[in-house]
Amino acid sequence: MKIIVCIKQVPDTTEVKLDPKTGTLIREGVPSIINPDDKSGLEAALKLKDEYNAHVTALTMGPPQADVALREALAMGADDAVLLTDRAFAGADTWATSLTLAKALEKMEYDLIITGRQAIDGDTAQVGPEIAEHLGLPHISYVEGLEKEDNNLIVKRKFEDEYHKIRIKMPCLITALTELNEPRYMNVAGVYDAYKKEIKIMTFDDLDIDKEEIGLKGSPTRVKKSFTKGAKAAGKLYTDLDANEAAKLIVEKLKEKFII
Amino acid sequence: MDFSIKKEHEMLRQLYREFVENEVRPIAADIDEEERFPAETVKKLQKYGMMGIPIPKEYGGEGGDILAYVMLVEELSKACATTGVVVSAHTSLCCSPIYEFGTEEQKQKYLKPLASGKLIGAFGLTEPNAGTDAAGQQTKAVLDGDYYVLNGSKIFITNASAADVFIVMAMTDKSKGTRGISAFIVEKGFEGFRIGKKELKMGIRGSATCELIFENCKVPKENLIGREGKGFGLAMKTLDGGRIGIAAQALGIAQGAIDETVKYVKERKQFGRPIAKFQNTQFTLADMQTRTDASRLLVYRAACKKDNKLPYSYDAAMAKLYAAETAMWVTNRAVQLHGGYGYTREYPLERMMRDAKITEIYEGTSEVQRMVISAHML
Repeated sequence: MKIIVCIKQVPDTTEVKLDPKTGTLIREGVPSIINPDDKSGLEAALKLKDEYNAHVTALTMGPPQADVALREALAMGADDAVLLTDRAFAGADTWATSLTLAKALEKMEYDLIITGRQAIDGDTAQVGPEIAEHLGLPHISYVEGLEKEDNNLIVKRKFEDEYHKIRIKMPCLITALTELNEPRYMNVAGVYDAYKKEIKIMTFDDLDIDKEEIGLKGSPTRVKKSFTKGAKAAGKLYTDLDANEAAKLIVEKLKEKFII
Repeated sequence: MDFSIKKEHEMLRQLYREFVENEVRPIAADIDEEERFPAETVKKLQKYGMMGIPIPKEYGGEGGDILAYVMLVEELSKACATTGVVVSAHTSLCCSPIYEFGTEEQKQKYLKPLASGKLIGAFGLTEPNAGTDAAGQQTKAVLDGDYYVLNGSKIFITNASAADVFIVMAMTDKSKGTRGISAFIVEKGFEGFRIGKKELKMGIRGSATCELIFENCKVPKENLIGREGKGFGLAMKTLDGGRIGIAAQALGIAQGAIDETVKYVKERKQFGRPIAKFQNTQFTLADMQTRTDASRLLVYRAACKKDNKLPYSYDAAMAKLYAAETAMWVTNRAVQLHGGYGYTREYPLERMMRDAKITEIYEGTSEVQRMVISAHML
C-alpha cells in the first residue's frame, strides 16, 4: 500500500500578524511548523504503516526552506519525501496549487492521498478536494476516523454534531482533521536519519504543465485587501442569572445599543 | 570558530521542546510536591529514544552525540530538574561506563536494555563516610568462587528505588587504596541487595534518592567491569562525563527561571506600569541571561570536546562549576523579581531555586571542580 501525504509548512501562530501598510503576513521571528491538520494526516498514514507496512511519502510544494517540514515528516517515520519547488510556482492560489500538486502526483504511485482539511494560514479547505478533482479521484473531506478494510477505507466524516460513516474504495483522497488522532513526536534516531536521507526535488521541468496554468498567472483569485480586525472591548460575563433574567438583560443591552 | 548549531540539533531541540511542553511541564509541580519518581515520563522518553542518545544503535541507543544528549537534559530541566537528573544519571553514570569499559557480553546483557530505556540505571560511589573523599570506600567485595560477595552501603543514590541496574564501587583490596577499588554491575534482584532509606530532600524531590544496602550480596564475577582495582579510575572518568550532564541540568534550570521571569515582568504591574519597564528589572534580566549564555557555551564546549574524543575533564569541571553557580544566582534573582509571588508555590520559581542548589553539590561539589580546574593550571 502506497500513501502520499501532502503537507504544508505554515507559520506557528493562530494570530498571524499583518503588516498594516502592505497587508502581507509578517513572517519574521515566527517559527514554521507542519500545518496541524496535515500532521494528523501524516499520523494517520504512519498508523497504516505500523499496521499494514504501508509506504509513506511526504510531499510539499513550497520554497526550498520547506525542506525542514519534510525532514520533520521523515523524523516522525515517513519513508521518503518530495519537495515540489520552482519560482514558476510562486504566488499560486488554491486552484494553481492544487493543479501543480496534482501534476506532480500524476508522476507518483499511490493508493491513498491524504491532505489536511485546511491550513492555518489560509483556512480555505480547498486544495485537498481540488487535487482529487484534478486527478478524477473519489474523495472524502473532514475525516475524523479511519480504518482499512481490504482495498477500502471506512472513514468517519465529521458532520456538524454527528458523523457519516462512509466506505470508499482506493485509490482515493481524504482530508484529515486534527480530531483524527494525536500525532506522534519525532524520535531521536529518526531525526538523525532524516538528515541522512535525500529529499527528492521536483521542479517545473518535471511536470507536464503549461506555465500559464500555474503560479500567479494561473491563479484566478486576486487578494484585494488584507487587514487585521480592530480589537473589541472585553466582554462582560454574567453567571448568576436564570434564563428569564438573562433574556431580559440581553434585550435591555440590545436596546441600549440601538440594535433593536 | 563557528558557534552555529547543526540542523539535526535544531530539530532535536524542537522535538525536546514539544515533548517537554506536553509531557513534562504539566506534571513538574506534582512530581516535586508528591516527591514522586516520574515513571510515566520515563516510559515516554523510552518510546521516543531519549534514554540512550549517545550510545550506538547496535547497543540499543540512538547513535547520537553528547551534544544532542546534553541539549535534552537542558530542555527537560527548564521545566523539571528532577526529570533532567533522572536521564542524566541513567545515561552518563550507568550507560556510559558500561559502553566505555564493559565487555561485549556486559554490553549485550545490560547496555542494550538500558540504552533502549527498557531498564533504568543508577550509580553507587558515595558512602556515609566517603563523599568528596571517594577513596575512603568501606564497601567491600571478596571473591568467593564464581561470585564476589559485597558488604557495605551507599548513600544519596539517584534513581535508586526505580533502577534495575547499578554500577557499584567496592574495595577488593583495602591495602592498595584507590587502586584497590573495583566496579561491579549489580541487578535489582540480586540476593543480599536491597534499597534502604529514601532521603527527604530540599529539591529534585522526585529523583528517588536512596541508600543501597549490601549484606553478603552475591555478584557473579563476570559482572566485574574491567579488571580488579580499576574502579576508581572508571568512577572518576564516569563523573567527568556526568558533570557535563549536571552542568546541562543547571543550565536548563537557569534558562527555565529566566523564561518564567520574562513572562512575569511583562504582566506584573506596579506603579501603573509593567515592572519590565523598570531599569532594575532590565539590568537584572540582562545579567541573568548573559551568565546563562556563558554557561551554555561552556557546557556545549565540553560536550563537543567529548564528541571529538578530546580530553574534556577540565572543560566539564569548568562547565559544571559555572553553570551550577549561575543556576543558583539566576534562580535567586528570578525569585526576587517575582517578589512575594516568587516565594509561593503558586509559581515554579521557589522550586527552581531549591533544585538549583544540588547542582553545586552532586557529581563533585563546586570546590572539587575548582580543584580539577586549578590542577590543570598549576
